Amino acid sequence: MIKNEKLKLIAAVAALVSAAAGSAQAQDTIKVGILHSLSGTMAISETTLKDTMLMLIEEQNKKGGVLGKKLEPVVVDPASDWPLFAEKARELLEVEKVAVVFGCWTSVSRKSVLPVFEELNGLLFYPVQYEGEESSKNVFYTGAAPNQQAIPAVDYLMNELGVERWVLAGTDYVYPRTTNRILETYLKSKGVADSDIMINYTPFGHSDWQSIIAEIKRFGSAGKKTAVVSTINGDANVPFYKELANQGISAEDIPVVAFSVGEEELSGIDTGPLVGHLAAWNYFMSLPTEENDEFIEKWHAFIGDSKRVTNDPMEAHYIGFNMWVKAVEKAGTTDPAAVQEAIIGVAVPNLSGGIATMMPNHHITKPVFIGEIQEDGQFEIVWETPGTVVGDAWSDYLPSSKDIMADWTPPLMCGNYNVKTGQCSGQKYE
Amino acid sequence: MTFFRSRRRKGGRARLVTGFLAFLAFAHAALASPEFAETLERLGAAKSYEDRLLAARRLAESGHPNALAVLGDLLEGRLYTTRTDGRVVVAETAGEGYAIRDPATGEDLGRVGRRDVTRIGLNNQLRSSLRMLIAKLRLEDDNKSRRLAAIEEIGRSGDAEMIDVLAELAGREHDDKIKKAIETAIAVLRLDAEDAETRIAAIEAVSGNMSAHVRAKLTRLAGDDSLDAETREAAARALERIEAKAERYELLSTMFFGLSLGSVLVLAAIGLSVTFGIKGVINMAHGELIMLGAYTTYVVQQAFPSAIDYSLPIAIPAAFVVSGLVGIAIERGIVRFLYGRPLETLLATFGVSLILQQTVRTVFSPLNRSVTTPSWMSGSIEIVPGFALTLNRLYILAFSLVVFALLLLVLRYTRLGLEMRAVTQNRAMAKAMGIRSDRVDMLAFGLGAGIAGVAGVALSQLTNVGPNLGQAYIVDSFMVVVFGGVGNLWGTLVSGLGLGVVSKLLEPEVGAVLAKILVLVFLILFIQKRPSGLFPQKGRAAEG
Repeated sequence: MIKNEKLKLIAAVAALVSAAAGSAQAQDTIKVGILHSLSGTMAISETTLKDTMLMLIEEQNKKGGVLGKKLEPVVVDPASDWPLFAEKARELLEVEKVAVVFGCWTSVSRKSVLPVFEELNGLLFYPVQYEGEESSKNVFYTGAAPNQQAIPAVDYLMNELGVERWVLAGTDYVYPRTTNRILETYLKSKGVADSDIMINYTPFGHSDWQSIIAEIKRFGSAGKKTAVVSTINGDANVPFYKELANQGISAEDIPVVAFSVGEEELSGIDTGPLVGHLAAWNYFMSLPTEENDEFIEKWHAFIGDSKRVTNDPMEAHYIGFNMWVKAVEKAGTTDPAAVQEAIIGVAVPNLSGGIATMMPNHHITKPVFIGEIQEDGQFEIVWETPGTVVGDAWSDYLPSSKDIMADWTPPLMCGNYNVKTGQCSGQKYE
Repeated sequence: MTFFRSRRRKGGRARLVTGFLAFLAFAHAALASPEFAETLERLGAAKSYEDRLLAARRLAESGHPNALAVLGDLLEGRLYTTRTDGRVVVAETAGEGYAIRDPATGEDLGRVGRRDVTRIGLNNQLRSSLRMLIAKLRLEDDNKSRRLAAIEEIGRSGDAEMIDVLAELAGREHDDKIKKAIETAIAVLRLDAEDAETRIAAIEAVSGNMSAHVRAKLTRLAGDDSLDAETREAAARALERIEAKAERYELLSTMFFGLSLGSVLVLAAIGLSVTFGIKGVINMAHGELIMLGAYTTYVVQQAFPSAIDYSLPIAIPAAFVVSGLVGIAIERGIVRFLYGRPLETLLATFGVSLILQQTVRTVFSPLNRSVTTPSWMSGSIEIVPGFALTLNRLYILAFSLVVFALLLLVLRYTRLGLEMRAVTQNRAMAKAMGIRSDRVDMLAFGLGAGIAGVAGVALSQLTNVGPNLGQAYIVDSFMVVVFGGVGNLWGTLVSGLGLGVVSKLLEPEVGAVLAKILVLVFLILFIQKRPSGLFPQKGRAAEG
């Protein structure tokens, strides 16, 4: 009898210990999903972001992880294939049960995963500048909205360089089309005449720029200072700038300000013809701050190559990741609903010596810098906004969205609230 | 050295020698001049672009023998300050870091790491002001083309004070061309004159000038209501003349743009035409063979970084061999087992194309690689003022014609060409005559692949060298081949150039996106009517 009881006790203790061990093992880590293309056309840009996330996670783990648990990266490859993005997102949320996902680059990939994140109530941090006109409960936009990149760039050209004639050149897809629509309305509101705006769209990967550059040249010889605002997508940029230089147009004659040419893109090309042209970003590798130096050093050590550059979307992930960590610690749990509530108002340092705050519309505050391209593929910062700019989800310059606002705090809790009609039109984004 | 160029001295030998000795003594003293060093220091310490410009101006006015060189270094972004003591140095990349030297004395200061020095930054305004300062120092340069460039630069400056300097120069100048350039520059500067008569005379003088700067200025004069009517009329008349001329050139330019686009299409498609023609093999990996050629250019440039100007002549045969060998491997390894099964060939070669892309991604990284354009291919050549052709396009147009001619010669006059034609026309008969058709297939495939590689070298000068390079051209290549007629080289040439010109004629009217669509629609309709293209193949093979 006694012996039996003893045995029972031992068994019970053993069961308890093993159960505890088991559950400890199961909850030992917090899974973090990384949804960036590692193959296909977008691999060029997105691979770097995957590495950035791995570095940030490794570092956080060195500091002891989050809530006493280690972070475990789960990397999937959506292969630049938009429907596959949705599948992989579902896999991350349903099968891997990740606490949060960092990923996407193109707007179409974000639109593709959006329904998945909303259905399964996941969290997505999106690190790239985009066209705005969206605010989802489940997405945090750490890249720039048009008013954090395009509008300040145009202000710079208009006020500092005295530009009066505008070429809006872009690749033919949603980001350039929306951005140019916003810019066109903005320019007209500033009194620019219709005849002083030229809009041009080209297909993806356009490589024969001869006649378009000739047209720009002609447009620019009308006696007014002319500038090109370029939303040309990554790959088509090299032949574009080469042709500009070959036709003898220098940055001093007709400056080009680009929204998708950064350090990473410049590292793959001969920068000779680009010197003096401009780019607008919220971060440049050449920023002379301590935080930035430290970040670059860590990046070089992590990637094992001191020639690799850092760029704006990397900083966006840096900010987004730190915000998520802070929000999780604030909420005391990784539960998406709790994190969504906790993250609003969370402030973390950015790499330019300031503070980034998560706003109720799920966009963050950012400073805007204008840089001139230099021979070494870096940017000379020639202008910056006095303070940070709050990301505007719904542009004030589009008639269809000027009355709409996003606010994910109670009592509104709406991504597209129409202040005129007082209605929240549900998850309708167009 | 620059200080020899800056003064043109004449005189007896003895005077020259004493002069030279005196000059050396003076030069040494001047090189180490404390004033110059102080100005340099100020340049290094300047926080704003205005302060930098002020310092640069003082450098230019210092009369120091190295002033021109230092300003040039500043403009080219070679001036740095050291992080430790803020000393201004000239730095050039050497290995992982920089080799630095003193800007004033040229003294070698050894090597430093990448992050030990900070570059003196420039913005566009400062850059153009620097250019102007340099131009002023170069007005009396010994080199004619540099003198000419300096004079034109001054003309653009809008700096009316330079008129007297230029007029004085014109009196001393012996070269007619430069004299004329000075006159033009003076006239351009006088466009801003207060006095209406001078202004109108200046307008008359520049009325045939095609430079964008003059055009812009005249447009402004013609539209400026604060000026007298006469000036405005004169400007409008001059502008009209210029515009009429420009319109004529525009058509010429468009034709050139079209031919140049066409030549790229021909270059990309011609190799495909060979492989497609021989046995109807649809080689989806053709684009990747082009890509390999482009990467070969990159590797050649990496291997001989000091000989960028010669990299293309080396890369052309290298790319031919690399892509040709890969092509032969594809033929031997895969395609030959699938002859007569077009669908399977298409799928298999598509698979090969994906493998090649991912291989390149793994070996070279998914990022685009930087291929430098040799100096002889940069810029443009002015045929007449106002009508310039870009050099890289011109070379590629010529190159594609040469490749086409060579291929034609190979097919016409070599044994391989003869055998290829025989096999294409009637395989069974050719075999019966003792031709090893198997070997001919292999070599033909290799030839087509090699030409694709050569096309890659040309494309590396126009577009991005990355894993996706091939995909961008495969559709266009097929389009050209199908339109021209399968296996017909002349057809490929005519259809490539034709499609190029048509696209470029459409582009200004309807935009690049719609132009592409219209061309495709036209092609589809055309193929409906004539399925075998512009120049259909005749003979028994075509029927079988």
